[in-house]
Amino acid sequence: MGTAMLLKACGSAPDTADSAPADGDAPAAAGDGETIKVGLLHSLSGTMAISETTVVDAEMLAIKEINAAGGVLGKQIEPIQEDGASDWPTFAEKAEKLIDQDQVVTVFGCWTSASRKAVLPVFESKDHMLWYPVQYEGQECSKNIFYTGAAPNQQIEPAVDWLLENKGTDFFLVGSDYVFPRTANTIIKEQLKAKGGNTVGEDYLPLGNTEVTPIITKIKAALPNGGVIFNSLNGDSNVAFFKQLQGAGMTPDLYPVMSVSIAEEEVRQIGKEFLIGHYAAWNYFQTVETPENEKWVADFKAEYGEDRVTNDPMEAAYIMVYLWKQAVEQAGTTDIAAVREAAYGQEFAAPEGPVTMNVNHHISKTVRIGEIRDDGLFDIVSSTDGPIDPVPWNQYVPDTKGFACDWSDPAKGGKYETEGA
Amino acid sequence: MTAETPLQPRRAAKAQKAKFQLIEVGIVIALMLVLALILPLLLSGFRLGLLGRFLSLAIVALGIDLIWGFTGLLSLGHGIFFALGGYAFAMHLQLNSLGEGQLPEFFGLYGVSELPFFWQRFYSLPLTLLIMILVPTLVAGVLGYLVFRNRIRGVYFSILTQAALVVFFNFFNGQQELINGTNGLKTDTSVLFGQQVGGAGMQEVFYIITVILLALVYVLCRWITSGRFGRLLVAIRDDENRVRFSGYNPTWFKVLVFSLSGAIAGLAGALYTVQSGIVSPQYMDIAFSIEMVIWVAVGGRATLVGAVVGALLVNWARALLSESFPEVWLFFQGALFLLVVTVLPEGIVGWLRNQAGAKVRSLLGQQEALATYPSLELDPDVQAEKGELVD
Amino acid sequence: MIEGLIGGLFNGISIGAVLLIVALGLAIVFGLMGVINLAHGELMMLGAYTTYVVQNGANLIGGVAPEIYILVALPLAFVVAALTGLALERWVIRYLYGRPLETLLATWGVSLILKQFVRSVNWAMVIGLVVFALLFFGGRWLIQKQRVLSPTIATVMGVLSGAIALVAGLIMNQSGSTALSRAWFSARNVDVTAPSWLRGGLSLGTTLQFPYARLFIIVLTVLCLVGVYWFLQGSSWGLRIRSVTQNRTMSACMGIPTERVDALTFALGSGLAGIAGCAVTLLGSVGPNLGSNYIVDAFMVVVVGGVGKLVGSIVAAMVIGIITYLVGSGTLALLLAPYPAMSPVMDLFTFFATTSMAKVMVFALIIAFLQVRPAGMFPQKGRTAEV
Repeated sequence: MGTAMLLKACGSAPDTADSAPADGDAPAAAGDGETIKVGLLHSLSGTMAISETTVVDAEMLAIKEINAAGGVLGKQIEPIQEDGASDWPTFAEKAEKLIDQDQVVTVFGCWTSASRKAVLPVFESKDHMLWYPVQYEGQECSKNIFYTGAAPNQQIEPAVDWLLENKGTDFFLVGSDYVFPRTANTIIKEQLKAKGGNTVGEDYLPLGNTEVTPIITKIKAALPNGGVIFNSLNGDSNVAFFKQLQGAGMTPDLYPVMSVSIAEEEVRQIGKEFLIGHYAAWNYFQTVETPENEKWVADFKAEYGEDRVTNDPMEAAYIMVYLWKQAVEQAGTTDIAAVREAAYGQEFAAPEGPVTMNVNHHISKTVRIGEIRDDGLFDIVSSTDGPIDPVPWNQYVPDTKGFACDWSDPAKGGKYETEGA
Repeated sequence: MTAETPLQPRRAAKAQKAKFQLIEVGIVIALMLVLALILPLLLSGFRLGLLGRFLSLAIVALGIDLIWGFTGLLSLGHGIFFALGGYAFAMHLQLNSLGEGQLPEFFGLYGVSELPFFWQRFYSLPLTLLIMILVPTLVAGVLGYLVFRNRIRGVYFSILTQAALVVFFNFFNGQQELINGTNGLKTDTSVLFGQQVGGAGMQEVFYIITVILLALVYVLCRWITSGRFGRLLVAIRDDENRVRFSGYNPTWFKVLVFSLSGAIAGLAGALYTVQSGIVSPQYMDIAFSIEMVIWVAVGGRATLVGAVVGALLVNWARALLSESFPEVWLFFQGALFLLVVTVLPEGIVGWLRNQAGAKVRSLLGQQEALATYPSLELDPDVQAEKGELVD
Repeated sequence: MIEGLIGGLFNGISIGAVLLIVALGLAIVFGLMGVINLAHGELMMLGAYTTYVVQNGANLIGGVAPEIYILVALPLAFVVAALTGLALERWVIRYLYGRPLETLLATWGVSLILKQFVRSVNWAMVIGLVVFALLFFGGRWLIQKQRVLSPTIATVMGVLSGAIALVAGLIMNQSGSTALSRAWFSARNVDVTAPSWLRGGLSLGTTLQFPYARLFIIVLTVLCLVGVYWFLQGSSWGLRIRSVTQNRTMSACMGIPTERVDALTFALGSGLAGIAGCAVTLLGSVGPNLGSNYIVDAFMVVVVGGVGKLVGSIVAAMVIGIITYLVGSGTLALLLAPYPAMSPVMDLFTFFATTSMAKVMVFALIIAFLQVRPAGMFPQKGRTAEV
């Protein structure tokens, strides 16, 4: 078992570029001191490792591509990896280490909202920069974070609208017991109230729990004749949920499940047999037909193996590295304030289609609904015509209605009241 | 005349003991000064912050040594007390940094418009400090009383404390409307005495407070364990029934030492929270509580110094290993625990005390130190038998 | 009403059956040796990964194989976990008898290593391990023939063969061959898909539905129980195990080889963990953390049941399962709804009627129960002042 360890220790030693790809270390730069250090802060161990390691793969691919094309400002990017260990205080500790000890110029990282909330004060107090690649619950707009995943209005709200139009008005909400599902469900309940739907029940599973029998009983009791299940479970619990849902005879024609945390990678882990006919809402699916996507999927498979799949958070992680690179090049420096300024308005031809960084630190993205088909990929059943602009402060929730975010204007900042409200 | 003679050595021993005590106090003060005054000059801000956190973990380790090392109670639920202390202080900080009539920000996410009743107490700092210590003490006391009254011991006690840990974890994790669930409470951006808690100045103050409190807790534990009470604790560990038959009621002593240990953990939790900037239900993770025990095992049970050394060493190693080998550091950590328990059952400090001297002596070619009589230990027959036993 | 009752009972029992099959191995080991095995969950995980490997093999073969792979996977999972358990007992736990609390910590270390092992295992690592084993044990065997093995030589040999294996593994990892350096499973979850005859469920009446996977697990649990019972009551080794459980010193005096009994029991317990791991693949995810999701619940079953009595574990698992279900699904709150006098109680149950809070309540009940029966439901009888 020592072999792998020592190998990792040799990360700084000269290494051929075609060495083990899953290994996590970039090829060494031409000369020491001539690199730009960036931090990668994800869970490599613990519960969240199952998801976060895939995002690391995507980030490493982007960095490798950029380095192969000559790097940024003529320098190679040197990624420094840290393990957040699925533990929020550890995330904060490692973020501090990356910023103070390693002097990285930016950090790409986090998956769960809790880990992002834990590092947020670190980045704010040190006025540093974090790029965050996962769809999340919104209600946040930090000057020091760029969010490249979907805001609720780019995933959850269109999904609910689509369900109301096509699948029915009675919703049962299932989620993992932490902040994203709780907040997402608060939004959904408000939205349903505003649009004439019903929330017939909701329940939360502790993270990692696999005993879902009680929830299934509740769903059956609340929706005896079928209805929509809105699922924001995370990680392991999804597997148990879908396996046992099928065991209970609840099929997609009567009980369509709309998931917001299930993408191609999760489908593979759960087993497509349990998922065919259910739905997911994302900005990107592996089946998106753009030339950029074809190239990306091919590159990714060439790097990590034919059996791997790409998904939305991975794509968001991939494009955020490029957006950062473009911003650095436009700023001509890695100085954080200058890069932040330069990031606004950056456009990138992403695999999902064109994306633009907004002044509210979120990006405009295309919204898609996919139905899981029998090869484990998604059939895109609905797609917006173009990118939707992000709205971080939710307009259905009374507390945040009428607020917006604009960091390009010092007078407005993270949360200001708009004129029309 | 005859009555005088036995007294003479006793007085000498007393003087001797006093001398040792003086030396020890001197060492503690010296170390404290090094930690508080010299290290901040040598270490970078980040490393100093880490050290401060590890020192507060060393305080918990002292508490655990008290109940495990000396009294033989292996608690796998110390995360409860640690987190309770942390939550108490964090709640005060949250309230303290608000304007008149405002609520902590997260309440808005869940549509809570009125401060839950138990938050009201945390407006005042003295009361908070009191609660921070008292609540863990009480929880530990009640839990301990229930368990010890029924003479639940050994592994059962460990499992029970783990069950309690699961109860608290799920409760804190599930109650978003009351205490922000999984996300926990942040302290970095809050304000204490008009200063930002996460700021460098405040952090240094907390570091020094941690050093001082660590020294105080050490002295407290040392005082407790070196007196009569300490000997009773050891007696309970070694043969509880005999203690009971001698007319003591071990239950109350165990409850007392367990609540004391809980109070120490609560204090440590508060210090840890302000220095790491967040308190979350993850402090009640099962793994974390087991690790606390392992620090003590690594350092050496029933040696208070060992608890401190173990906590610092394991956490430092963990931080460095996970930085250098982010993908495989768990191998090292697992191997470390395994090795310590099998090869160094007495822990590092225990080994140094008991074995290292003999090792050095045998390396220098000197005779082994004798525990009994030369005629007994140096007898070739006895030696041969001893050899067989070892194999 | 009747249907609801039957459905509730079935669901409760099916939760209990999972708890029981997970706790069974733990109960046997704990009862016999007083050893709490924190790596039990990770042995389950090995069983689950074995199932995954067998499934992939079956998919390669095709034909009827993917339909029956689980029948092959069960015994294989047993063997893999039992062998790992045996190795664990021989190399670690044997040295810690009589120190249950240290054992607890050592097995925790083992569980960390096993978890990381499935995350990073690849061919280079396996070959490195094999090289090490060959060098070290082969060398030891050769030297032992000369009868000059001293601890110093053993240490030197260990370090040397370790270093050689490490270098060999490193070279293979660096060679750039993805076949060698690619992780087998990686940190991501893997999917185990039940054969089609275990998917779906058996419908009875209008609302009743018994999932096949649940029925399968219940049957499997019963089979395991019968097997264990038969082994303990019917075989000569079972007799020895029972006698050591009752009184270790006395048994040793009577000439029972307690060391071999320990090794065998530990292997048996571990093997049962492997079967449990195979079974839970039908319900949940398969990943490095699989074990930690079940282990604490399994402890509770053992403690509530009482040590050394299998019947205790059975009853405890069923009771905990049924209570978990009744509280978590809100059934209890619904049942009380017609009685206005009970409304405060009902409010209480409604508060706990989410899966998270049900866990809080069940564990609190367990702690309360142990106040009444500190030694569990079926304590061992004996004349002792302790529990």
